[in-house]
Parts: sequence; C-alpha cells; structure tokens
Amino acid sequence: MNAYLPELFLAIMGFAMLAYVVLDGFDLGVGILLRGADEFEKDTMIASIGPFWDANETWLVLGIGILLTVFPRAHGEILGALYMPVALMLIGLTLRGVAFDFRAKVKAERKALWDKLFYLGSLLASLAQGFMLGMHIVGYHYTLANVAFAGFIACALASGYVLLGACWLIMKTHGELQHKARAWAAHALGLTGLGVAAVSVVTPMVSTRIFERWFGLREMFLLAPIPVLTLLLFGLCAWRLERLKIVKLADQPTQNAKLSPAWHRAWQPFACAVGIFCLAFLGLAYSLFPYLVVDQITIWQAATSTDAMRLIALGALISMPATLAYTVFSYRVFWGKAQPLSYS
Amino acid sequence: MDALVLARAQFAANISFHILFPTISIALAWLLVFFKFRETQSKQSAAWQALYGFWVKVFALCFALGVTSGITMSFQFGTNWPGYMNSVGNVAGPLLAYEVMTAFFLEASFLGIMLFGRSRVSNRVHTGATLLVAIGTTLSAFWILALNSWMHTPAGHVVKIVEGMPSVDVVSWWAVVFNPSFPYRLSHMLCASILTVAFLVIGLSAYRLLKKDTKPEAKLGLVVGLLIAAVAAPLQIFLGDLHGLNTLKHQPAKIAAIEAVWETQTGAPLALFGIPDERTRSTHFAVEIPKLASLVLTHDLNGEIKGLNDFPQHPPVKPLFFGFRIMVGIGILMLACAWFGTYLVLKKRALPVWFLRVLVAMTFAGWIAVLAGWYVTEIGRQPWLVHGILTTAQAASRTVTSGQIGITLTLYLTLYLALIAAFVRTLFYLAKKAVAGDLQAVETEVSPETAEDAK
Repeated sequence: MNAYLPELFLAIMGFAMLAYVVLDGFDLGVGILLRGADEFEKDTMIASIGPFWDANETWLVLGIGILLTVFPRAHGEILGALYMPVALMLIGLTLRGVAFDFRAKVKAERKALWDKLFYLGSLLASLAQGFMLGMHIVGYHYTLANVAFAGFIACALASGYVLLGACWLIMKTHGELQHKARAWAAHALGLTGLGVAAVSVVTPMVSTRIFERWFGLREMFLLAPIPVLTLLLFGLCAWRLERLKIVKLADQPTQNAKLSPAWHRAWQPFACAVGIFCLAFLGLAYSLFPYLVVDQITIWQAATSTDAMRLIALGALISMPATLAYTVFSYRVFWGKAQPLSYS
Repeated sequence: MDALVLARAQFAANISFHILFPTISIALAWLLVFFKFRETQSKQSAAWQALYGFWVKVFALCFALGVTSGITMSFQFGTNWPGYMNSVGNVAGPLLAYEVMTAFFLEASFLGIMLFGRSRVSNRVHTGATLLVAIGTTLSAFWILALNSWMHTPAGHVVKIVEGMPSVDVVSWWAVVFNPSFPYRLSHMLCASILTVAFLVIGLSAYRLLKKDTKPEAKLGLVVGLLIAAVAAPLQIFLGDLHGLNTLKHQPAKIAAIEAVWETQTGAPLALFGIPDERTRSTHFAVEIPKLASLVLTHDLNGEIKGLNDFPQHPPVKPLFFGFRIMVGIGILMLACAWFGTYLVLKKRALPVWFLRVLVAMTFAGWIAVLAGWYVTEIGRQPWLVHGILTTAQAASRTVTSGQIGITLTLYLTLYLALIAAFVRTLFYLAKKAVAGDLQAVETEVSPETAEDAK
C-alpha cells in the first residue's frame, strides 16, 4: 500500500483537476458568453451557475492543495515557472467570483460594470489556465515557439470552456437563450477541436519518451480508441447541435419543461463536451505519467514523507466519497431549468 | 527593491485582505443559524426571518471574497515561499490538506443550498445546510490556527538538516495540533470573529435606526448585537491576557517588543504611549504607569521582564508597540460601547442619536483590531517563519524576480483596495435599501416566462 501512495495521490490530484476543468469550465464559459447576452439573459445565465460555482472552484484548491502538500518540491518549481500566468489567473478568478455577488446587490446603474468585470475575469482566468496548460506540456521552457504554442492553447482552452458553458446553457435554459447557446456551442466546437489536435501533435514532439509511448506498434493499436472516440464525440456533438437547430421556437417547452422531448435531448451536447474533455485529459495523463514536470521531476522525486502521505490519504479516503455525495446532492437540488436565484 | 521585502509585502497584502472576510463569516454563520432557530421558536418570527434575509446576503458577499482570496493564498504558498513546504511540509501539508478536505468542500457545497435552496428543500434541510456551513467555517479556522500556532510554538516534531535546509518530521500529531499556543490563539481568534460580527450588526442596525427605520428587525438586530458584544468584549480581554502570558513563556522577545522594554527589569512600567526607537534603544515621549507591565504580564508587581537588549535578535519594535495599542484601544472602546448600550437597552431607554452615530463609526472596528492583532503576532515572530526552525529569508523563492513581484503586488493592491471599498459601500447600500423596504429576496430577475415555470 505504502509503495503506491504517490500514484494514489497523482490519481486523486488528476481527478480533482479534471473535475475542476469540467465543472469550473462550464461556469467560466458562461462568464465569457455573458458578453453576447442581453440583460434578461445575463440574469438567467448567472442563475444557472449561481448555486455551483463556489464548490466548483474548490476542486482547484484540492488539486493545488495536493500538489502543495504531497508533492512540495514540484509545487515550488511549477508555480515559480508559472508566476505571471498564475497571478493573472488569480486576479481573474477573484474578479469574477466577487462580481457574481456584487452585481445583484449594488445600485442598478453599477450592475453593468460588475457584469463586465465578470466577463473580463472569466476570460482572463480561462486564457491564463490555457497558457499554463500549454507551458506545462512543453516543460516550462520559455522559447518563442513554446510561448506561441501556449498562447494558442490559451485560446483553445477558453474556447473549450465556452463550449462547455454553451452546452450547459442549452441544458439549463430554453427559448431564445437556448437557441443562442446552440449557436455559441457550434462556433466554439471548431476551435476546441483545433486545440485538442494541437495538443495531440505537439505533446509527442516534446520528448522522444512520449513519442515512443504513443507510436510503438503495439501501443498504436491499444491506444487507438482514445483518438477515435474523441473524433466520434466531436462528430456526435456537432450532429446533436445541428439537430437542436431544427427544433423550432414553438417546440420549446414553456409549461411542463421536464416532459418535453426537446428537453430530453438538451443534455446530449453537454455530455459530448464532457466526454471530449475526459478523453483529452486521459491522453495527456498517459503522455506525462509519471512526471510532474515533463522529463524532469517524477512523482516519486517530488513526494513528501510516507507518514505525511498516509495521514493525508486516510483523510482523503474518508472525505472524498462524502464530498462527491454532497456535490451530487447539491446538483440534484438545483436540477432542471435555471430559476431565479432567490434567498427566500 | 529587495525581492524578499516585496514577497513579504505581497503575502501580507493578500493575507490581510483574506482574513477580513473569514473573520466575519465564521461568527456570522453561527449567527445565521441562531436567526433560523429563533425564526421557528419566537413569536417575532417575521423579524427574525427579515434579519436572516438581510445578513445572509452579507454572508454571501463575505464568502465570495474569502474564497477567492483564499484560492490566491493556496498558490502564493508555492510562488512566494517554496522553502516553507520543503522544510516543514510534513507538518503543514497534512494540516492544510485536512482543511481543504474536511472544511472547504463542506462549506462550499452546502453554501448553494443555504443561499438559494430555501424554496427547493424543506426548512429542516435548509437549516441543516446552514448549520453545516457554520461547522465548515469553524473547522477551517481550527486547522489553519493549528498550523499558524505551530509556527509560533512548534511541538511534536524533530528537525534534521538536509542540504543546509531544516527538515521537519512529525513525532506526535497530537502535540503538533495542540501545541502550546493553539488553545489560546484559537479562542482569541474565534472571540475576535464574534466581536467583529457583533459590531458589524450593531453598526448597520444603528445606521438603519438613524435613517428612521421603524421595522422591528432594525431594533432587534441592534439589541442582539449589543448583548453578544457585552459578553464577548470582556471575555476577549480575559482571553487576550491568557494569550499574552502564554506568549511571554514561549516568545518573550515578542512581549518585550510589544511593551518596548529595553533593559531587563523588575517592576517594569507600562507605556501607555511613546515612540520606541531601535537606534537609541529607548522610548521617546513615554507616558508610563509604574510597575503595571510587570503586574499585567507576571501578575506580580515586582515580576521580572527580560528586555530587548538581552535577546540576540528580536522582532521590529515599532509595529508591535503601536499595533498592540491599537488593538487594545479598540477592545476597550468596544467594551465601553457594548456595556453602555446594553445598560440603556436593559433600562428600556432609547439610544441617543450621538451614541447611534458612534456605533455606526464602530461598524468595522473589529476589522482594524483583528488586523492590528495579527500584525503584532506575525511580525512578532520575525525573523522566523517557523519559530526557531526556519527563517523567512530561507523560505523565499529564488526564481521569482523582484520585477515580477512588483507588478503583481501593484495589481493585487489595486484590486484589494477597490474591493474593500466596494464591499463597505455595498453593505451600507443594502442597509439603505432595507430601510426603504425594497430589499428584494430575488438575486437575479429572470424573464417573467421563466418565473412562471418556477411555480
């Protein structure tokens, strides 16, 4: 058991990061999309993420917390190399987090300002995270080509978040806004696809170790399902989005939202988008394992003492199932189409 | 400027900003539980419900500000102080991890239901969610103060030197968590949170009364706040005294700096005011009460206090000397206000307008006292980051340049000052709206069509 503690924590950290990217991804995406919405729509969009965003961001704290507490050596190394993007991301996250609460409590004429800050904060945080992902893949070597690559990934991840956010809105809203969200999702799908493709091409080029891991004869067969499934999901997502297009406004549910066939189909694009993120994550995890910094620091080199890991593992094994349970509980309580956020 | 100085300034800016909001949310969460409880028990159900409705909004704001600045801190541990986790990670790691795993998720997950779930779950589940959020905030304080206290009075560990850097291993977790200063620091901080919230409630209620708010909850809020403060203020002075005695035992240099005692002496006087000067090793313009410092600190008129000159190194004197006096001064002012106000309330007399104005001015007094107190204790630990084990300089990052820190520090400071201003303004604006009676329970106004569906 003790011998596998670093792997166990890598798995938990990976899960936390994936959960963060998917969960906060959709609410960051909704934040970016705020720019293209009118006043009414803004309120509905924010109502759709209101009860969740706080818990969503906690997954980031868990992921970074494990990096900090279980892999302290890599934590300093990674965050030192990413100093500026991390600072910008934090400022973005702070802006949007507080704008969410301020916008509804300040004087009416100031609401627009906080909405703008919500949008800017979401965009800044998404771009910074994409840039960090890009730099992580190339091992934190700040060359012109690498920075350009990271810059592209920044746009692609932001676009991926927009895809998640738009698909979330398709699921959680109806009427005019749902149709708008469908168009947004269709637009974002393309750039997201390019981003996934770029990561798939560049990652094996960074290191021969990663290249061999993917393009050995046996490996190519065994791993084929990952790219194939990803492609399928992109296709499926595009197809479902196209199908929703022909659902006319008149078909939109107004009274009995849950029984309408249009509602039943509305979850499909979101499921596809989540699937794409999961597969991309799986591919990256396979490429990078067991390194925390590509070809430089492994999980075993960075791990803290066994005693400390055992203690944290004990806490994690008890608290993670509980956390998942109340996350599910919270999403169930707010199931269905977004409704006005009300304190009473 | 020196990267170390900037890194410290940046961390100080962030942690100072952060602590403002948990200080409110820890006690406010329990106060909200109390409001919910009264709502079901009391005859004045509507007034308690209105109180809950108002303060839950303040709670939501505080929580958002606390979470976002807390996320920033979890990153700055690594960006600003990589040596910290490398050296004492075996202690700090599990404590921080337990905070995230036991407290953070609990609060964040149930916050949504607490804030927006009232119409979606039964009243009992809603009260339960509120209670869980309150437990979460307190648990969070428990873990963080355990770690902070351990940094002041480390125990339950062994130190070995690896590649010139200290490295800590845990021998007894019980001794680590319940280290000598932990019970005092935790209770002092929790009581500080209660006082801060009490005066926040008092201040905004007084503001509403001054604006001629005749609704029962304005008066009710004022009375609840005053009663809480009347108990918490003297309790805090008592707890503070115990904490001081504990510090004298474990960190005597900090106490010597607080009291600006330069030479070791018996029957040391207490300086009410003065300007300590580290170059001349003396206090200018000192106004002193003979023997009082010895009496307060050793509970003996002729007790001996070790002077600063007898410590090979000691923390900077000025910030400790002034910080301590600001904290204690506000504490005494709070006691006076709370008791005078409670006296009037118990005598069933109206609070005079001038007194209501004083209470409004005291709305954020708790914040200033909390910051002053934390500055005293944290600057008082310098030059150590972990007392006797690791210095602040050893833990600083060697890869991040002063230019990078300078830019981000400017950004953070601008952001934080703007947010504090927005927070204070918004609170008074919410109070004004409550006076006018149009404090809407609806956070976002959704198109009528959607609202229709909701029914």
